[in-house]
Amino acid sequence: MKAVTFSNAKHPMNKSTLPEISLEALRAGDRAEFARMVDAYSAPIYRLGLRMLGNPQDAEDALQNTFINALTHLKDFEGRSSLATWLYRIASNEALMTLRRKKPSFNLEDLQTEDSEETPPEILIDWSALPEDELLANESKKALDAAIQQLPAALRVVFVLRDIENLSIKETAEALNLTETNVKTRLLRARLFLRERLSAYHSERIVRKETP
Amino acid sequence: MSENAHTHCKHLLGNLSEYIDGELTEDLCREIEKHLEGCENCRIVLNTTRRTIDLVQTPIGAESLPAEVRERLFKRLQLDDYIPHS
Repeated sequence: MKAVTFSNAKHPMNKSTLPEISLEALRAGDRAEFARMVDAYSAPIYRLGLRMLGNPQDAEDALQNTFINALTHLKDFEGRSSLATWLYRIASNEALMTLRRKKPSFNLEDLQTEDSEETPPEILIDWSALPEDELLANESKKALDAAIQQLPAALRVVFVLRDIENLSIKETAEALNLTETNVKTRLLRARLFLRERLSAYHSERIVRKETP
Repeated sequence: MSENAHTHCKHLLGNLSEYIDGELTEDLCREIEKHLEGCENCRIVLNTTRRTIDLVQTPIGAESLPAEVRERLFKRLQLDDYIPHS
């Protein structure tokens, strides 16, 4: 069996498709350049908000606040990370702050138990070869969306940046101010959590189909 | 499941993400593949985890920025004059 490296060609944040934004022009207060940056990054940032917050109104507020914050803090941006990673950092903070406001008990540091072992997978039915049209049916997509929303926020934010927005482990760590080890641990937990949820969903359907 | 096989399963689980992302050394990959050959449960976990990630990466519905959201964003940023027409 061969390890798979996923292509990010279908993602709009794919670096090669992004326009070159001049940091110098941005810092000099060039409004047209700022507008170009907003246009280039608004779709992925809105998507991040949708995935993190689960509703369009909160996602739109987070989107607007992200660029207002970016405008305010442009002068402090030293270019140590890429512009994309910097914007993702602001957007992630914005989403996490919104979640914190809604649920004050939420704490991003809740998951610092790096040494504990992973919970072993429980559902061992192989649904991976189900036909595409079944896996991509509306109902299946809803189950997947719901599962993502059920992820604890500290895992969800890592999963969204890494697996949906296709940031590298390093970029995800930079955006969230976490260590790479911490990102890897959270990513594995998030993936196993979603695998379990999808396994529950699809295996139930497989069993139903096989029961006359 | 023998104690030894169980240790291998735990070992695979710990390295699963990096194995899927192709970030493990060749030696480690070989070791994992050897275990996978004889362990159906681990093969299922690998296949279904891979598929889960793959499904997430398939764009779900139209997730581009809705036109009215884009318009309100440019307005809020007082960039109305620069709104590019797409």
